[in-house]
Amino acid sequence: MTTNEINNIRAEFPILLEKVYNRPLIYFDNAATTQKPKAVLDRIIYGYEHLNANIHRGVHFLSQQATEAHEDARNYIANFINASSSTEIIFTRGTTEAINLVAFSLGEFACQKGDEIVISVMEHHSNIVPWQMLCERKGMKLRIIPMNEKGELQLDEYEKLLNERTKLVSVTHVSNVLGTINPVKEIITKAHSKNIPVLIDGAQAVPHIQVDVQELDADFYVFSGHKVYASTGIGVLFGKREWLEKIPPYQGGGEMIQNVTFERTTYNELPFKFEAGTPDYIGSTALAEALKYVQNIGMEKIANYENELTRYATKRLMEIDGMRIYGTSENKSSVISFLVENIHPYDIGAILDKHGIAVRTGHHCAQPLMDFLKIPGTVRTSFSFYNTKEEIDTFIEALKRVVNMFR
Amino acid sequence: MTINEIQDQIIADFNLFDDWMDKYALLIDLGNSLEPLDEKHKIPQNIIEGCQSRVWLTAELVDGKIIFKGESDAILVKGIVALLLQVLSGQTPDDIVNTELYFIEKIGLKEHLSPTRSNGLLAMVKQMKMYALVFKAKFEKGI
Repeated sequence: MTTNEINNIRAEFPILLEKVYNRPLIYFDNAATTQKPKAVLDRIIYGYEHLNANIHRGVHFLSQQATEAHEDARNYIANFINASSSTEIIFTRGTTEAINLVAFSLGEFACQKGDEIVISVMEHHSNIVPWQMLCERKGMKLRIIPMNEKGELQLDEYEKLLNERTKLVSVTHVSNVLGTINPVKEIITKAHSKNIPVLIDGAQAVPHIQVDVQELDADFYVFSGHKVYASTGIGVLFGKREWLEKIPPYQGGGEMIQNVTFERTTYNELPFKFEAGTPDYIGSTALAEALKYVQNIGMEKIANYENELTRYATKRLMEIDGMRIYGTSENKSSVISFLVENIHPYDIGAILDKHGIAVRTGHHCAQPLMDFLKIPGTVRTSFSFYNTKEEIDTFIEALKRVVNMFR
Repeated sequence: MTINEIQDQIIADFNLFDDWMDKYALLIDLGNSLEPLDEKHKIPQNIIEGCQSRVWLTAELVDGKIIFKGESDAILVKGIVALLLQVLSGQTPDDIVNTELYFIEKIGLKEHLSPTRSNGLLAMVKQMKMYALVFKAKFEKGI
């Protein structure tokens, strides 16, 4: 991207003008949440100012308009990840809720005592705990795919974990700590050869990679809106129609029913069967707007520029003595986790903060991964297309000063 | 010195510096010079787990006063632990229960006590007060 393009993009994100401790904000915590462009913010306000009415059941004009906007958003999202139909798009509160939904509903449908779920060592807690809860509920076992020292999953070990008791494989597309882009297509193919369905946690992938659920042949693919420039509280569960038809509903309530008597309730058709209660019809339209925004810039362009930033930051970080980067796969997104000597990540993060630089420190909701690496946590920078090399330079100079303070 | 006299002294020390970098440098010095907690005390029941950093705290009653010892794995947190020990260790349970800790805000380090930092410090302050309450109750019951 040219400097001009980046400046134009930056001008569309009002928060980038904020000052932190009287310094310009440098926001390198994009893997936690992304900032919102004007187009998304305007869409939210427009929704409440012009299209606010409860959807689906209303006979009145405004309700129909709001329903149309919500369903248009679903269509857009379906196209964006190339789902074969918008009925395969279930709105959730986010990645976490989407995984919990599958853990419950698939668990009820397919799992029994002695069965197994396969996840990987680099999962976020949200792709660990729901499966642990399922395992506890049903007396099942969690099996873990290990990784090598570069932070890449060991596929030969993975294959050995698959057997007739495996009910699902659930792995992340991109690691939120290491940045590794996992070979999910290969992972899916291997599982499918044994008739095992696969869920892909795309929370870190959708902002960086053009995802095509049909090409991947994923059975379930989940992601959060707020990590891809949309508002918080909206997320997506893509599920293949055959699976969504088979598995029972997750929550009960309004919207998800066809007919209710005190004796028996019949459930609504897809996708509404999984959407109990009033949906976030403002959030859904904001999410579609955010996806339009990134699509207008171009996913490939975004990936190229973010990779360029990551390479540049990696090179500059390596100037610092005692630098250790966790996650050195060639196939990596724009996340860099590091430690310097034995300086505690909290110390580094707290003083970078005083420089107006937002990074994340700690275990990044991936404690089992930290245990595997035998570290308490890392400092993590994660870049977006609105970040610049100049910001990275400022960060490196600040980091050098920080390191000297603790030496 | 009373708790408030010590708090005022710390505020005066930190007020010598205008620049936050100098304040942090002082905090790092305090952290580095804190006497390390004996490894035998670094056991699960003394740990105050934060999301970001860990704090250990021990307390014993000696001659009617509480002697606190503590440590953290992060230096900045250790610096604040050192300050909390300066202020509260060696004071009576009564004084500790009744005191209001205002020095951290006054020296501009309030953000380290914010719950969102989850570095164990807020829990440490609560734990220190809890120890004081327990010792006070035991004393009043004559245990």
